[in-house]
Amino acid sequence: MAKIMRAVEMEKCIGCYSCMLACARQVHGSLSLERSGIQIFTRGGLTAGFEAVVCLACKPAPCVEACPTEAFQQRKEGGVRYNYESCIRCGACGEACPVDAIIMDREKEEPVVCYHCGHCVPFCPHDCLAMREGAEGKRWEGDES
Amino acid sequence: MFTHGYVRILEVNLEEGKGRVLRREDLLSYLGGSGLAAALFEEYGLPQESPFHPDQPLIFTIGPLNGLYPLMNKAVLGFKTPYNGYYVETHAGGRLGMMMRFADLDALVIRGKASRPSYLVAGSREMSLEDARHLWGLDTSLTARMIRQKEDRHKGKRSILRIGPSGENMVKFAGINVDTFRHFGRLGAGAVMGSKQLKAIMITGDTSFDLEFGPSYQKFYRKLYKELVGSDIMAKYHGLGTTGNVLPLQNNNSLPSKNLQSTSLSGAEGISGEYFADNLLLRQVACAGCPIGCIHIGLLREKFGEEHEYYYRQVSYDHEPVYAMGSMLGISQAKEVIILLDQVEKYGIDVISTGVALAWATEALEKGLVSQEETLVPYKFGSYKEYLEGVRHLSQRTNDFYRLLGEGVSEAASHYGGEDFACVLGQEMAGYATGPVFFVSQAMGFRHSHLDTAGYQFDQKAEEYTPEKALEYMEEEERYRVLLTSMVSCLFARNLYTPEVLEEAWQAVGLDAQVENLDKKAEEIRRHRWKVKFSTGYRPEDTEIPRRFTQVKTLRGYPSQEFINRLIHLYTRSLNDLKES
Repeated sequence: MAKIMRAVEMEKCIGCYSCMLACARQVHGSLSLERSGIQIFTRGGLTAGFEAVVCLACKPAPCVEACPTEAFQQRKEGGVRYNYESCIRCGACGEACPVDAIIMDREKEEPVVCYHCGHCVPFCPHDCLAMREGAEGKRWEGDES
Repeated sequence: MFTHGYVRILEVNLEEGKGRVLRREDLLSYLGGSGLAAALFEEYGLPQESPFHPDQPLIFTIGPLNGLYPLMNKAVLGFKTPYNGYYVETHAGGRLGMMMRFADLDALVIRGKASRPSYLVAGSREMSLEDARHLWGLDTSLTARMIRQKEDRHKGKRSILRIGPSGENMVKFAGINVDTFRHFGRLGAGAVMGSKQLKAIMITGDTSFDLEFGPSYQKFYRKLYKELVGSDIMAKYHGLGTTGNVLPLQNNNSLPSKNLQSTSLSGAEGISGEYFADNLLLRQVACAGCPIGCIHIGLLREKFGEEHEYYYRQVSYDHEPVYAMGSMLGISQAKEVIILLDQVEKYGIDVISTGVALAWATEALEKGLVSQEETLVPYKFGSYKEYLEGVRHLSQRTNDFYRLLGEGVSEAASHYGGEDFACVLGQEMAGYATGPVFFVSQAMGFRHSHLDTAGYQFDQKAEEYTPEKALEYMEEEERYRVLLTSMVSCLFARNLYTPEVLEEAWQAVGLDAQVENLDKKAEEIRRHRWKVKFSTGYRPEDTEIPRRFTQVKTLRGYPSQEFINRLIHLYTRSLNDLKES
C-alpha cells in the first residue's frame, strides 16, 4: 500500500527549510520556497516553534470535489493526483482545502500540493517527517454514502 | 541571479523613496558577498566623506551559491564604518540570505537619508518606504513585532532587519538585529541606519527559479547533504554550540576575564556550554537553508511577584556573547548572562564591544581614572545589576562619559586615560586570549574579526610557532575565507566546503563557464577588497596593540612585544605590497 507523508514530530523542527527546498528541487525542478507541497512557519516568532502545513491526505478530498475539470483525482490511500493538462488554473482546489495546504504558484499559475512521494523525508535532519501507512496514516475511514 | 548570467541590484534612494533595478553582467567576475560588496562600494561609496554622509551606501549582498546548497545562506553588508572611518564588512545569517535570493536581489544598495523615520519593504514584486515614526524609540523586539503585524503576508518567507535605541542614537558600535537573534553586530552598521532615519528593512522572499542544471546537481546535492548531516563534522555546532569553547579556553589560559586582567575565571563552569545546555537551553533553531541548527536559545524563568508570579526571557547565547557578558565582566552565573544578553538584544548594541566597554569602565573606576559621577553606577566585576544599567546608559548616551564610551573604548581611554588596559584590537576584542597571533590577526583583519584570518587557531595548533609561519597561515586562511564569504557560505561550513568540494559545487551549477579558476579569483578578490579599504585611508602600519595584551598569560605564555612587532611588520609589508600591485 502506498504511504502517506506525515509531519509527525514537529516539536523537533529547527526551521531549516530543508524539506521545502527538497520538494521544490526534486519534485518541481525549482529553487523555491513557494513551489513546495510542505510549508513551514512559526506561530509568533522563532521561540514559539514551528508548524508544518501539508496535505492531510483526506478521503474523500474536498479539493477533488471542488475541481471542475478533474485535474485533481482522488488517490486511493488518501490525498490527490494532479493532472497538469486538465488544470484550468481556477484555484478552486486551494479554496476548498480546509488546511490551506494548496498553494497557487504565482509564476506558473498552477496549484502546488504534497503528492506524498516522500522525497522531502530524508532531508529532514531531525526526523520530523515520516512515511506512514494504514491506521498510522490517521485518516478518516468513514463512508458518507 | 548569477546563474542567469547577471547580477540583479536594487538601488534605493531614501530621500526620494524610490528605487531602481539594475542588471549587471560586468559584475559577475567579483562573485558575490565580499567581492561584490567591495566592487559596489567602489561605485557608490564616498571614500573621503564622513560615514554619516547621507549618500554613503549600505550595501547588502549575497552570492552565486546562496540557496543552491546547504549552508550557503549568509549575507554580507559592506559600508564605511563610523567606528574608525574605513570600509569594512559585517556578516549575518538568519533568513536574510535566503530571502534576498527569493526576492531576486543579489545586492541591495541603500543611499540617502529619509525625511522622517521610515522602514523599507523590498521583495520580488514590491518596494516601498513606509512611515516608521511610531517605531522610533522602540526596542528591537517590539519593532519587529509591529512590522510583522502590519505587513501581515509571506509568513516564514520574510526577513526583518531593525535597529534599537543605540542605532538611533548613533552609538559607534550599534548593530542591526536580523530576524530573531542574528546580527550585523560589529562596527556600527546600526548607527549608519540610524543616521539615515531607517528604522527597519523587511525583505520578502516570494519568487521561484527553474533549476536547469540536470541530474548531476541533484546527485551532488544529495551527496553533500548526506555528508553534512550523516557525519560528525558539524555536530559540535548543534550540540553544545560555540559555548562548548568556554571550558577549553578556560583550561588553556585563553578566556579573557575581568577586562583581560586574567585569562581564566573562577567559577567559569557556571557559564560553560555544558551548564547552559543542562539548565537553560530551550531549543536549537536554524538559519534558513542550514540543517545544522546552531542557534541556541536559552530560557530563563524569573519570579516577579510573591504569589508565584513569573515571566520568562528567551534569548540566544553563543561563545562571544557569553564571554562578553560573562567572563569579561567577571560574571560566572549563566542566568545573569541571559538577563544581560536580553537587554543587549533589545537595545540593539554590539554585545562584544559593549562587554569590553563596560569591563574597561569597571577597571577605570577601580583605578580612579573615572568616578561614579561619570559612570553613574558603581560597576564591580561579577555584579550584573550595574551592567544592566550600563547597557542602557551606553545605548542612550546618557552623559558625556557614555557619549565618549559610545565612540569606542579607545576614544574614552584617550580622554580619561587607561589606554594600557583598553582591550581593543582594531575594535573591542573577541573572546580568545590564545596568544600574540590572535591579537595581531584581529587587530589587522579586514573586519577586525577573529574569523578573518583565524589567528587563534594558529595559536592553538601551530608546531612551528614563528611570525613568518603565522603570516603564511593568515594569508592562506584569508584567501580561502574571502572566497567562502563571496559565495556566501557560513564560515562554520569551512570543513565541509573544502577547495575540492567547492569546485565541484561550482561546476554542478555551470558557474565554471563564468569563472574557471576559483583559487586565482580568491586572490584577486582579496587584493581588490583591501584596495577598497585603503581608499578610505586605512594604514596597516598604524596598528597598535595595547600593553595589557603582553601583560597576561595566554596559551602561548606572556606574548612578547618583539614577536608582536615582527608579525605586525610582516603583515603590514604584505598588505602594502597588495596596495602597490
